[in-house]
Amino acid sequence: MTQELEITTPLTDEELKSIHSGDRLFITGAIYTARDAAHARMIKSLEKGEDLPFDIHGQIVFFAGPTPARPGRTIGAIGPTTSGRMDPYSPRLLEAGLKGMIGKGSRSAAVKEALVKYQGIYCMATGGIAALLSKAIKKADVVAYEDLGPEAVRLLEVARFPVICINDIYGNDLYEQARKEFMEPSKYF
Amino acid sequence: MRIIQASDITEAVAKMAIEACYYLNSEMTEAFQKAKKNEPSPIGRIILQELLDNAKLAKKDLVPYCQDTGLAVVFVELGQEVQIEDGLLNDAINEGIHQGYDEGYLRKSMCDPLTRKNTGDNTPAVIHVSLVEGDKIKLIFAAKGGGSENMSSLSMLKPADGVEGIKKFVIQKCVDAGGNPCPPIIVGVGIGGTFEYAALLSKMALLHPLAHKNPDPVLAKLEEEILEELNKSGHGPMGLGGRNFALAVKILKAPCHIASLPVAVNIDCHAHRHKEMIL
Repeated sequence: MTQELEITTPLTDEELKSIHSGDRLFITGAIYTARDAAHARMIKSLEKGEDLPFDIHGQIVFFAGPTPARPGRTIGAIGPTTSGRMDPYSPRLLEAGLKGMIGKGSRSAAVKEALVKYQGIYCMATGGIAALLSKAIKKADVVAYEDLGPEAVRLLEVARFPVICINDIYGNDLYEQARKEFMEPSKYF
Repeated sequence: MRIIQASDITEAVAKMAIEACYYLNSEMTEAFQKAKKNEPSPIGRIILQELLDNAKLAKKDLVPYCQDTGLAVVFVELGQEVQIEDGLLNDAINEGIHQGYDEGYLRKSMCDPLTRKNTGDNTPAVIHVSLVEGDKIKLIFAAKGGGSENMSSLSMLKPADGVEGIKKFVIQKCVDAGGNPCPPIIVGVGIGGTFEYAALLSKMALLHPLAHKNPDPVLAKLEEEILEELNKSGHGPMGLGGRNFALAVKILKAPCHIASLPVAVNIDCHAHRHKEMIL
């Protein structure tokens, strides 16, 4: 039975135990945005033994780059980019203490294994509802890699940011489960 | 000979860029409402409703309905009797993109492919010009986001692969994309031409209104068959399961080499952003 859960950050392993694929989560607290370029830099930092631009323990990373905010507004439009492009980087960040990721689209086997091994969840925010999602953002500040513009690391203060859990710590995958339920026979797949 | 000012082209392009990103085309709201009625998946219906609610909010609050306001792709049908004054066509278009993406608070999403350094103003636009009869300029702006574009693909099939081979390629590429291109998707297919022309045809195919019936009965049937198979995939809206994985398939064909069968698939997400203006 899928649940609707109110989640706060930072995430603890204990909290992750109660989250299952298919659950609708409303996240309140801090979320960090980072896309391809920022991930590449963060992995380089880890490889060099340097500190990451923020304390990653218990945190959630949202694969997103917003439109510029109109004057007087907190943020522009914001929504998920395709998570698969971050697959090469995510296992290392999970190992470093990352607990949640938000994006859209399926993850690789290596990422899903890392979610089980290091205890983390991957969630989907609906793509193309950026006006709605921006309403959940109460504060937004660039905290690293400002030169990357839309791809900078931003710290978002969010209130009831809506996502759906795709991959939980138990190895479940909502994309696979859901597709099986609705797939009809075809000679093409 | 009709004279058109380059500045009018700039103004038109800037206007279309902003409108495309803020005002969802009514054909998409209609398509989402129709899809909601026949969507068996509860989460699928929720997602379709989110798309409808978001479109309303975007218009009301002046927020782009998707943060990926895309690369600018501009098609120009330039009447042979038109003379453009006070500027070059490409410059006028790029100035329009520069202004539109700046004044419209749209995201600058272009970069050098190797250094990845952002170009800063979402230029240069990808521009396709064709000379046509007459004294008008038809401008078509498409905002092409990365997610759907990245799932696009092209294959140089063998003539022996035939229609079955075309279907197999198109269907498998779309289904393999899953939730990545933000379904429900619109699929553009280009068959024939050369390597690059097939790709161009697949993008041009996406410019047709959803309700437009393919005048070629063979292609119309192929569009229906491919759409039916895609919606058997079970992926549904946003890949979370359901029927409405694809809303339409549009095909354009052109003669090709006797040794070739190029097939290109260009995928559009549910935003399906394009606007046109005639000067």
